[in-house]
Amino acid sequence: MGENGGCRRGTASAESLFLAIVVWLIGIIVVGLGARQWLPELASDHGAGIDRMLTYILYCVGGLLLIGHGLLGWFLWKGAGRDRISFRMAEHRVERNWSLIPMIVMALVAEGGVLVLGLPVWAKIYGPPPADSIVVEVTGEQFAWNIRYPGADGKFGKQEAKLLSLDNPLGLDSKDPDGKDDIIGLNSIHVPIHKPIKIRLKSKDVLHSFYLPHLRVKQDAVPGMTIEFWFVPTKKGNFELPCAELCGLGHYEMGGMLIVQSEEEFTKWLEENKNG
Amino acid sequence: MADHVPAHGAHPRQSFLRRYVFSTDHKVIGLQYLVTSMAMALVGGLLVMLMRMQLAWPHSSWPLLGKLFPVGMEGGLMKPEFYLSLMTMHGTIMVFFVVSLALLGGFGNFLIPLQIGARDMAFPFLNMLSFWIMVPACLVMLGSFLVEGGAAAAGWTAYPPLSAIAEAIPGSQMGQTWWIVGMALFIASFTMGGLNYVTTILNMRTKGMSLMRMPITIWSLFLASLLGLLAFPPLTAAAVMLLMDRHAGTSFFLPSGLFFGNKLMEHSGGTPLLWQHLFWFLGHPEVYVLILPALGITLEMLPVFTRKPLFGYRMTVYSLVTISFLGMIVWGHHMYVSGMSPYVGEIFAIGTLTITLPSAIVGMNMLASLWGGLLRLRTPMLFSIGSIVFFGTGGFGGIFLGNATSDIQLHDTYFVVGHFHLMIGGVTLMAIFAGCYYWFPKMFGRMMNEKLGKLHFWLTMPAFYGIFLAMHYIGLAGTPRRYFNFERYEFLANIREPQVWITIAAFLLFIGQFLFLGNFFASIFRGRPAPVNPWEAATLEWTTPSPAPHGNWEGEIPEVHRWAYDYNVPGASSDCTAQSVPAQSVPVTL
Repeated sequence: MGENGGCRRGTASAESLFLAIVVWLIGIIVVGLGARQWLPELASDHGAGIDRMLTYILYCVGGLLLIGHGLLGWFLWKGAGRDRISFRMAEHRVERNWSLIPMIVMALVAEGGVLVLGLPVWAKIYGPPPADSIVVEVTGEQFAWNIRYPGADGKFGKQEAKLLSLDNPLGLDSKDPDGKDDIIGLNSIHVPIHKPIKIRLKSKDVLHSFYLPHLRVKQDAVPGMTIEFWFVPTKKGNFELPCAELCGLGHYEMGGMLIVQSEEEFTKWLEENKNG
Repeated sequence: MADHVPAHGAHPRQSFLRRYVFSTDHKVIGLQYLVTSMAMALVGGLLVMLMRMQLAWPHSSWPLLGKLFPVGMEGGLMKPEFYLSLMTMHGTIMVFFVVSLALLGGFGNFLIPLQIGARDMAFPFLNMLSFWIMVPACLVMLGSFLVEGGAAAAGWTAYPPLSAIAEAIPGSQMGQTWWIVGMALFIASFTMGGLNYVTTILNMRTKGMSLMRMPITIWSLFLASLLGLLAFPPLTAAAVMLLMDRHAGTSFFLPSGLFFGNKLMEHSGGTPLLWQHLFWFLGHPEVYVLILPALGITLEMLPVFTRKPLFGYRMTVYSLVTISFLGMIVWGHHMYVSGMSPYVGEIFAIGTLTITLPSAIVGMNMLASLWGGLLRLRTPMLFSIGSIVFFGTGGFGGIFLGNATSDIQLHDTYFVVGHFHLMIGGVTLMAIFAGCYYWFPKMFGRMMNEKLGKLHFWLTMPAFYGIFLAMHYIGLAGTPRRYFNFERYEFLANIREPQVWITIAAFLLFIGQFLFLGNFFASIFRGRPAPVNPWEAATLEWTTPSPAPHGNWEGEIPEVHRWAYDYNVPGASSDCTAQSVPAQSVPVTL
């Protein structure tokens, strides 16, 4: 027995009890705070699936975290009060069998979660949008979101890179008849409630990310690519649209707004903004 | 190589320069790395203190700092581009020049020959060269703050086009080029080190040191070095391609139609996603390069301070090997919302979450190693326990991010920042400290001050944990990362006040580290002289005097007859049986 072993057991166990209490408190605080509502108020259809995924992991992980911290604290507290070890080592077979426990638990919690709860939501978000979707083209640039609707004909006008200029930020071809009724805007996206909205996302300079925290939407905008995804807003109101991918010195101010209106309000807005 | 080393380790007296500066002794090189990483950690820490001031008090003016940084903080007010430079360099320095340097360069060099029973590394000259290439790498990184436009500002991930086009952000003028050069030097140095570690571990183990008798630290360093060797070359290639895109007019990462400040770029045909794949093909294994040695050191402490063998040594080794393999093929989980095919994304999600299986085995074995033990709460053990706590919370946080569906909400938020700081910042930092306190007597023949060490732990652990736990919650609330301030958005109104608390905790954390530095450097000269085996440990490095002589053992290198954790063997006279004790004297239990 070493000099450090038994002689100062009293102080040693006081210290270890303190450490154990800290460990237990950590577990309780983490789970207690995790049980609070942190997510921004939900405002989309598929978002419920994402929230369910998050909640499932929170519950499972919270439980495991409490068990883990409980055991850790217990071993620490008990460990300092002994004068000899109470358990030395297990046979290899026993160790192997014990390993099955964390494997099974994680297979159920992590893999089960992604396959049963995650995959269907993921497949829906990236699956084909319904045919009656309202199409909005969003083009990121340093540091704003260009918005374009195809207008009554449902067709976007042609764009050409060489037409890009400060006056023509989308490089629109003014001769193209399809473009005559396009509605152009900046940073504000008007959409009707309970309708599928399909976004065509582009960027003309660096990476950006189209992030609607309340609608659980996040998609990077990549120059050279047109990325499509869709969602259904379920609440009326104004929802902030920050950029979530570092895009330059104005990244923190690259904000837009998603304005979710009733169908009548939206139709009225379309009428008012129709340009001929 | 081995021919050059006299059997008795009796070396002719060398000049100061050959002995301490251009040394080929792995112990000196290890210390050189360790001290370099401490210096770089101070820089990386200072950078983040400036960032934290900005985040807590966004409009405050700091005239004194304005004098110090006349461009970035003109008149004392921080500019957003300067904030992004600080952020980029903090990440780069901490990941590559602090944690990698300390764990592999520092402990890797110092421990590998001592723990496997070798006189030195396989290639001592290469080892020296590796360190002396690291020095210019550090200098280039630090020097980049002084070039036109300031240091690189595209994040430590350096995603193009932001990092490729000078017009995109001031840091992408010369700063990004210096960053690439610094990284290239770093990779060259790191590759030399990795080759050395792998070769040494495979070829230079003493008689009887079979792979399954190696201390867990050596296993973790071996796997980390292998990962580094496999993963860094693609980043080297990517860095050259980025350099070409920047200066030679190529378009590896740049598509047509890029438009900056009323100017249409002439690039065409490339894609930014290619960089992301190449970067994360390194970037993800890199986090295992960092965390594996940290776990190894954490595990190494447990038997010593509980006086019982490591639980499930073999299962732990198998798990670490599995984690390393899986770590190489899941890089795409950094790219779920990048525009990569969603089919591929989901496959990466399933692959990523399989890592939780072996990781949970490691976690359980850590807990079971404490079970029934005779606990000695010395400073290294405290930090080791801190590491276990961080690994628990950090690991569970990873389940939220590895799942593609929940990652949609959490990607690029502070949840990610909190998660990776707990893991590759926290677990690693705790392990580095544990290792410093534990092997300090081996390094200098003296002990570090125990009271100061414990105080250091109680300042560091709660502050570090608190900061990054809080970031998980504000991440759940949607806070995007890499923001200069959070004032524009109403949905972030509630997270502004916590910023102040996080900043105060960060200051405390930073100040607390001077306790460590003071203790470390003062103990070199004034520490209590250490006994030969101060922790009563069974591994080989404690069978030679401290500090170990050049060549590591005065006489013959000891032979190994058992695994590294024969504590409390029934019938043995001592509660710790060194690896070199023959099986006839004490029965071998593994």
